[in-house]
Order: sequence, then structure tokens, then C-alpha cells
Amino acid sequence: MSDTPRAGKPRIATCSLAGCFGCHMSLLDIDERIFELAELVEFDRSPIDDKKKFDGRVEIGLIEGGCCNEENVATLREFRRHCDVLVALGDCATMGGAPALRNDIPLAECLREAYLEGPTVHNPERRLPADPELPLLLDRVYPIQEVVPVDVFLPGCPPSAEAIWQALVALIEGRAPELPYELLKYD
Amino acid sequence: MPGNDRSVDTVVREVCAACGRDPTRMLDIVRGVQRRLGWVPEEAVDRIAAETGAPRAEVAGVVSFYAFFADRPQGRIVIRLCEDVIDKLHGAERVAEALVEELGVGFDETTPDGLFTLAWTPCIGMSDQAPAALVDDVVITRLSRDRARQMVRELRGHGDPHRLVRTWGDGNNAHPLVRAMVENNIRHAGPVVLDGFERGRALEHALRMSPIEVIREIKIARLRGRGGAGFPTGMKWEFTRAAPGERKVVICNADEGEPGTFKDRVILTERADLMLEGLTVAAYAIGADEGIVYLRGEYAYLLALLEDAIERRRRDGLLGRRILGRDGFDFDIRVQLGAGAYMCGEETGLIASCEGRRGDAKNRPPFPAQQGYLGRPTSVNNVETLCCAARIVERGAGWFAGFGTKDSTGTKLFSVSGDCRRPGVYELPFGTTLGELLERAGADDIGAVQVGGPSGRMVGRDALERRLSFEDLPTGGSVMVFDTSRDPLWIVDEFMRFFVEESCGFCTPCRVGNVVMHDAVRKVRAGQASAADVERLRALAGTVRTASRCGLGQTSPNPVLSSLDAFPERWRRELRPARRDDLLPTFDPRAALRAAELLAGRSSTVFPPGEEDAR
Amino acid sequence: MSGTVTITVDGREIETREGRTILQACDEAGVWIPRLCAHPELSVYGSCRVCTCLVDGRAAAACVQPVRHGMVVESDSERVNELRRTIVELLFVEGNHFCMVCEKSGDCELQALAYRLGITHPRFAYMFPERPVDAGHPDLMLDHDRCVMCGRCVRAAAELDGKPELGFLGRGIHRRVGADGGAGLAGTALRGDDRVATICPTGALLRKRVGYRTPYGRRRFDHAPIGSAAAAGDGEER
Repeated sequence: MSDTPRAGKPRIATCSLAGCFGCHMSLLDIDERIFELAELVEFDRSPIDDKKKFDGRVEIGLIEGGCCNEENVATLREFRRHCDVLVALGDCATMGGAPALRNDIPLAECLREAYLEGPTVHNPERRLPADPELPLLLDRVYPIQEVVPVDVFLPGCPPSAEAIWQALVALIEGRAPELPYELLKYD
Repeated sequence: MPGNDRSVDTVVREVCAACGRDPTRMLDIVRGVQRRLGWVPEEAVDRIAAETGAPRAEVAGVVSFYAFFADRPQGRIVIRLCEDVIDKLHGAERVAEALVEELGVGFDETTPDGLFTLAWTPCIGMSDQAPAALVDDVVITRLSRDRARQMVRELRGHGDPHRLVRTWGDGNNAHPLVRAMVENNIRHAGPVVLDGFERGRALEHALRMSPIEVIREIKIARLRGRGGAGFPTGMKWEFTRAAPGERKVVICNADEGEPGTFKDRVILTERADLMLEGLTVAAYAIGADEGIVYLRGEYAYLLALLEDAIERRRRDGLLGRRILGRDGFDFDIRVQLGAGAYMCGEETGLIASCEGRRGDAKNRPPFPAQQGYLGRPTSVNNVETLCCAARIVERGAGWFAGFGTKDSTGTKLFSVSGDCRRPGVYELPFGTTLGELLERAGADDIGAVQVGGPSGRMVGRDALERRLSFEDLPTGGSVMVFDTSRDPLWIVDEFMRFFVEESCGFCTPCRVGNVVMHDAVRKVRAGQASAADVERLRALAGTVRTASRCGLGQTSPNPVLSSLDAFPERWRRELRPARRDDLLPTFDPRAALRAAELLAGRSSTVFPPGEEDAR
Repeated sequence: MSGTVTITVDGREIETREGRTILQACDEAGVWIPRLCAHPELSVYGSCRVCTCLVDGRAAAACVQPVRHGMVVESDSERVNELRRTIVELLFVEGNHFCMVCEKSGDCELQALAYRLGITHPRFAYMFPERPVDAGHPDLMLDHDRCVMCGRCVRAAAELDGKPELGFLGRGIHRRVGADGGAGLAGTALRGDDRVATICPTGALLRKRVGYRTPYGRRRFDHAPIGSAAAAGDGEER
């Protein structure tokens, strides 16, 4: 990549793919330590600072959510290209999570139920959404480690604020995060 | 012929009564009910449970386990085309196309008129005359597109699979009780198994010895099991004899399911008496009063011949009470027909099947020699092993041990198939080199050889000097030859699919690991894997081999591991570099988007078609 | 003589009796070996292979293998735990284990094993199989998504409740628990107060309406790894 390493505080980028932003909420749940975090790092592309594009290379990328559509894949690839360390944040990133509940049902059937046949559907023209603005869905929701190489995994729905904090501190200090027993959770 | 003329209730009652309402005869019961009703409806499961006292869950478990049992309606005639790799290299897929076109249905489907069901089936033991199919119990060999079409048209006319057979094979294939088009293809008859045999001779010799002396003779001959694992037969008999238990059992494993093996088929056709004599000698040595021949369902066409041989032995005092006038030597044999499950070639799966249950493997310990069939000490021996045992008793351990090598005495029957001019059965001394066998078989262009079937090893030309023996290159008999035009990775793909389908699913590593391994192999073949993926595959293969519960899982990674050894370049050629900053090679965005593109009627602009290799 | 035998497990000598399995001997000595299908009230099974150890250098399932004097068992080593990790990961990708919406979370032995082994994600692709739920019984439900084929329910129903109405159907990856030969739980005589109702290690066979009686945070494996209580000598298997 053309990114050049930059001096100064480590930079963090975050995004939510097919997720609910709950993992981002959990990140905010570190309470007053958010000030400490702001001292330690600088946020690059992230909904937290509403920054939509990368300025350059970042040290840490946090990915919430799995890939349910083509846009998710493109975003994930962009993160992979810009981030030294890519972190799968939460169950949706590591195993698909709630969006992946559709994974045992063929896509056509999902859309039929959602837009044509469902008991609460009102769709007199019987059309599936096909606006070119809408990203095309993938056949199923993919955990991100099935799409790009991922360096660190923080499961949980969401991972607790403490887990995220400890992991971030470790990464900032250049260590591999090792969560104590009570912080490794899948729920 | 299935029909609705009688109620399910009546049919089940009659079939169960004929089997003594014995739940250990469950395979025969289910088979009998299916023959009459065409399939096994839920109502029949209920009634079988009621008649036999077996839990309904167990009856349903049996019906769902065996490939030849149907828990949904099927056609009056079931055509099972053999999907073995050897059949495929002889054109089975073209035959399949012709069948689909002619029948108008796909595989696992039934024609709307209810006449035909079409299905694939793993190796039916006809690799030397492939492509082959089972039409109900009738074996049809050397199929071509035209013959397949012709076959369907004929069946539409007369509906009788037996009438498809117009010329009979050699030897007992032409016997009135067989009448099969199968050919023996005995290319080399050796001095042990395929030599002439006078029934009763071995048994007379055995009865001149004490049971202990018989076992000693087998041990002096250093006879080892011919099924592939090579366990010393004398020790197995000794353990079974020594195990506590009033009643003991000897079982002949005639569930020749290892793809590419067909030598037991030939023995059962031409030397059934030698095998039965070996089983009787085993019973004498062990002190067993009950014998079972477990005949694979695919060889049902040999059932009548086998049962006739048993009946004649009874008449001649070679079976039954006071065998050859010897007080206290009472022993009889029944045939248990299988129903399509490779798993049942594994001795504990086989025993479970004989007991009328699912062919799930059992725990070891206890070993069958301690607690086998119905908890009784049981010795399970291969068809060929029993033939050797009879010969050893007849002609002496020294004579037998004069053939072969130090640790692999005697001769071995090899089933050679694939890209060679003389496929068939070769009885040669152990220690024969692979190259010599293949030269006899007329294999001129050798790319890869699969020795011992999918559970054995894949080797290359550099192995031709190796000796077929337990100490060097072991095989239960299967030797498949592939010329240089065949792709070793295709072979691995086929074999892994086989293991996925045949795993009983009892233990985790085999049930899940084989699926993951097969997927990984397919990714490699599609050019969607990196070296890291192959290393992960290799590690998983090691775990499945180590942690699986029985021989099936313990050997199922062999196609992967042995081809990585023998053809590392072939694997490497398909690999893609894994880039840290890009999508994984295993993720295929185009495939993942195909369904949505069809539904939306437009192509992706993010991952447009035609850029598969540009990403 | 019902002889006393001594075996060595991870360097520790354990005295036990002939006829015991390695797992039983270790349980009695307070040495915990990870397991899933094995259960003290049930017959030996050997399906999950999580308790695989190296016994005199060869792999064997501790729940099946009887002890023998002088036997050397390697259990809590990196290479054995790595093998167990692989097996647990295979179980996760085989089913549909949505822990975040499962009432058994925190009380689930599969999940607890993964925690103990430090698994953050499986290294294999998820299969996401289609497996219907059997919710027709008034007091029980069977969610096949979470089934690990351990056969505990099959054995408990037959051996402890005297109701052999559960069994396995199909084979290979299509293997599944069948109630009443496949017709469903509702057709069986199984009841909510049978032993089978609480024997499942995961959330596959559940009693209805009691799932949240113990709140998250106070469940068996919330604060200490599975096996710690057993190793401390106060047996945690219920």
C-alpha cells in the first residue's frame, strides 16, 4: 500500500459491517477511560469521529459485524489494506452472529419471505428491492476471518468494555492480548 | 415385487414371524419388509417395533443408517450406478448422463411413473469390469451410454432386471443359482487360495489335531489378517478361545467394501467351500458353536450360491451337530446380508450390524475377542484369511510359510484395476514388487498407484520397487492404477467424498473432520487455497488420524497425507499466494454474489464478473 | 484380587483399582480431564473424543481406556490440548451455536470447554447446516442446531429413565438425534422431570420455562473454568 508510517500516537480505525453497533457501544462503555484512550490513540476512520475515509496507515483496525453484502467485503478489504493489526470485535465478526441466522436458508427464500410472502408484507407491486444503490447481498453472512486474514479475536455479544479496554491497551503497548478467563465470553 | 395388495400390518407380521420376531435379525426384517412394500414407511417401523420388541427409535435408526434401505417411496426398480473413481475413469459419468436423459430424472429421484429410482453407490466390487451398476440385486457390468439407454428401454418393457443378463460370466458366475454377467478375471491363480480344493480335507486334518494344536499351526505359519490390518490370526483365535464365555462366535468378514477390491468376490464365487471350511476350522480351534458370514449387500447375487454351499455342507456332515462324527463339535453358519455401508467392513461395525443394529463402530476395549457378537467372544476374519487357514491345516504351516516374506507369509490376492490392460485378480507371494504386479497387469503408463484403496496409500512411480507386504507396502488387496493423464488431486477429492459419505458419524473427528478436509481439497482444486490452507489441512488430517474412534476415521486422512508425500508438486501447482492485505484465496466473492445477481438482474459493480483473477 | 494399580498422569502418580477407566481414576483423584460425552451416571460412550490423551505415547480416549499398572498418561500438555482445541472447534463449525441467544450460555459444557481451552474463534469455516427445531413437547424442546451428538440424552432416556425412545438417525454429517424414531419429542413418554431433561451438555435438549432461573453471572462456568471445582475435589458434574 502507498500508506506511509506516521510518527506520533498510534491510530485506530473502527467500523460496523453487518452488526448492530452494540460492540461500538461497548467500547464507549469504558466510561471515563475514554479520556485515557483519547490520550493514548488517535481515531482515524470511524463512526466515533464520523470520519469516512482513511487518511493513511493505521496501527489498529476494529471490525464489528460480519460480511452480509458486497459493500461489507469492500470495506473489510480496505481496512485490511490500511491496518497493521486487524481485530475481529464481537460475535458477528467472528461467527456471523444474529445476521447469520439466515445462513441455513437460501437467499431467494429469505428475500421472498421478507419482501413478498411474509405475513406483514405490503408490497402490491411484488418487487424485490433492486435499486443499484443497494449493495448486493452475499449468499450468506461470512465471519470476517473467512474473508480476510484477521490478527486478533475478541468474541462476545458484545465483548465487555473491560475486555475491549484490556485488549486495546495490550495492542497499543505492542503485546498480543491475553484475556483472563472471565473476560473471554461468547455471549 | 412390491405391491399394495396387502396391508403393511400383514406384511410386517409375516416377515417378522419368518425371522422369529428376533430383533437381532433386524436387517433381514427390514430388507424383507422393503422387498414387499417397496420401501419402509413409518407405519412399518411402528409395526416392526411392536412385533420385535425393539424400541421404535432403534428400528428407525437402522432404516436410516443403511444406504439400501429407503424411508421414503422409491421406484419399483432401483438403478445404482457405481461412482467409484475407477468406474469414473472408465466413463461412469457419461453413463450417468445417458441414464438421466433416458429416465428424465436426476440422481436420488424417482420417475413420475414410479418405475425407476436412480442413485449413485460407492464401489460395488466390479472395478475390473467397470463401469458397473446394480439394478436391484442384479449386477450389470461394462456399461456404456448406449447400453445404459438400452437397459432402461428394456426394463420399461419387461420390468425384470434378471432378463438384462443374457450372457453369463465364467466359472460359477454361470451357475444356475447365480446366472450373473460378472467375470472372474482370474489372471494368476496361486498355490494357496485359488488352487483346487477338495471339501472336507482341511477339516479332516484339523480334527486329527487338538484345537490348541490347530492354533499353534496357524501361529507357526505366521498367518496375518488379509483385510489390511495384518493382525496375527493365531493370536486372535487364541484370545477368543481363552476369553471367558459359554458361547463363542466366528464371523467371516465378506463385506468387501474397500474401493478397488474385488478378490473376495472371486473367492466367494469359486472357493466358497474353502472359506466355509476355514470358518469351520476356526470354530473348532476356538470352540465356537455359531458362525456368521457377513456378505455385503452389493454381493446379494452370490447369496443363493453361498447358502447352497452351506446347505450341502450340512448334508455332508461338515456342519451341524457332531461334525464329521466328532462328539461335541457342533457348529453351524448363517449368512447375514448387509445393506450398503462401508462402515460394516470395520469389525465392530460389522458385529453391530450382525446384531441387527446400526453399523456404528463400538468401543475397543472390550475387543471382539473378549466381548463381540451379543457379548460373546468373537473372532472376525477376512474371507481370504479363512481360506489360508484352511490351507495351512490341510498342507502344513511349513509349506505355507515357504511363500512370501519373513513377516508376510503365504500368498496374497491382489485386485488390480484402473489404467491397465489386464485388470483382475492376481494371487502372488507376498513380497512381490509393485512394479512386477503392474507389469503383469499390463500397466504401461503409470502416474499414480493407490495401494490398499482410499484408506491405503497413494504412491508414484518411485514406489515400483517396493514390496507388497506388511513390512513395506501393505494392502488388503486393492491396487488401483492411474496413468499420467489422471490428476492425483481429483483422486484425492473422490476419496475424501467417499469417506464423508461412509463415516458413521459417531465420533467428532471423523464425522466433521472429513467434511472439512474434503472442502479444503475442493478449494485447492478450484485454485482457491494458499500454502497456509494446505498446512492447516495437513494438521487437521493428523488430528483426525490420531483422535478418531475406529479404523475408518484413522485412515480417512490417508489420501490427503499420502498424496502430499508422493505428489507435493501437484499440490503446490494449484496454490495461490496468500496476501496479508487482501481477500483470502478461499473467499470467492463472485460465487458469493451469484444468487443476488440473479435475483436483482444485474451484476456486481464492486466485484464485477471477469475480474476473478484481478482482485 | 481386585488389584490396586498405579498410573502416572502428567507426572503425578495416581493409585486406583483395576477395571477403572483412566477418566474414572483421574476423577477420583481430583485430576480433571476435559470431556463432553462422558457422564458419571451413564454408560461409557466415547463419541466426542475430547478426553483423548496420549497413553504410553499413543492416543486413546480416557473415558474408554481401562487403567493398567505403570501406564503413563499425558493429558494437560500443549500438544494434547491442541488436539482437543481442534475437536471443539470442529463441533462449533458443525452446528449452529449462537451463544448470544442461547439460554444455556454460561452453563454450557461445550462453551465452557472452549473457554477453558482459550478458543477465540474456530480455524475452520462454519457449515451453517439447516436443522429444524422440535418444540412440540409441552415441557421439553430439542434444538438440533446445538446438538454435538454426544448421545447423553439417548443414554439417559434409556438407562436412567427406562424410556429408550431417543436414538440416532442417519449417518456421517447427517447424523441426528431422533425422538420416537424421528416423529418428535411430543410422541415420546419423556417428561420434564425425567433425568434426560437436564443431561444435555449444551442447549440442545432443554426443559422449557426454566432457562433463566439462574441469571447470567451466576452460572456454573461464569467465573471459573470447567473442571476447576472437580480438580479442587468438590465434584461439579450434576
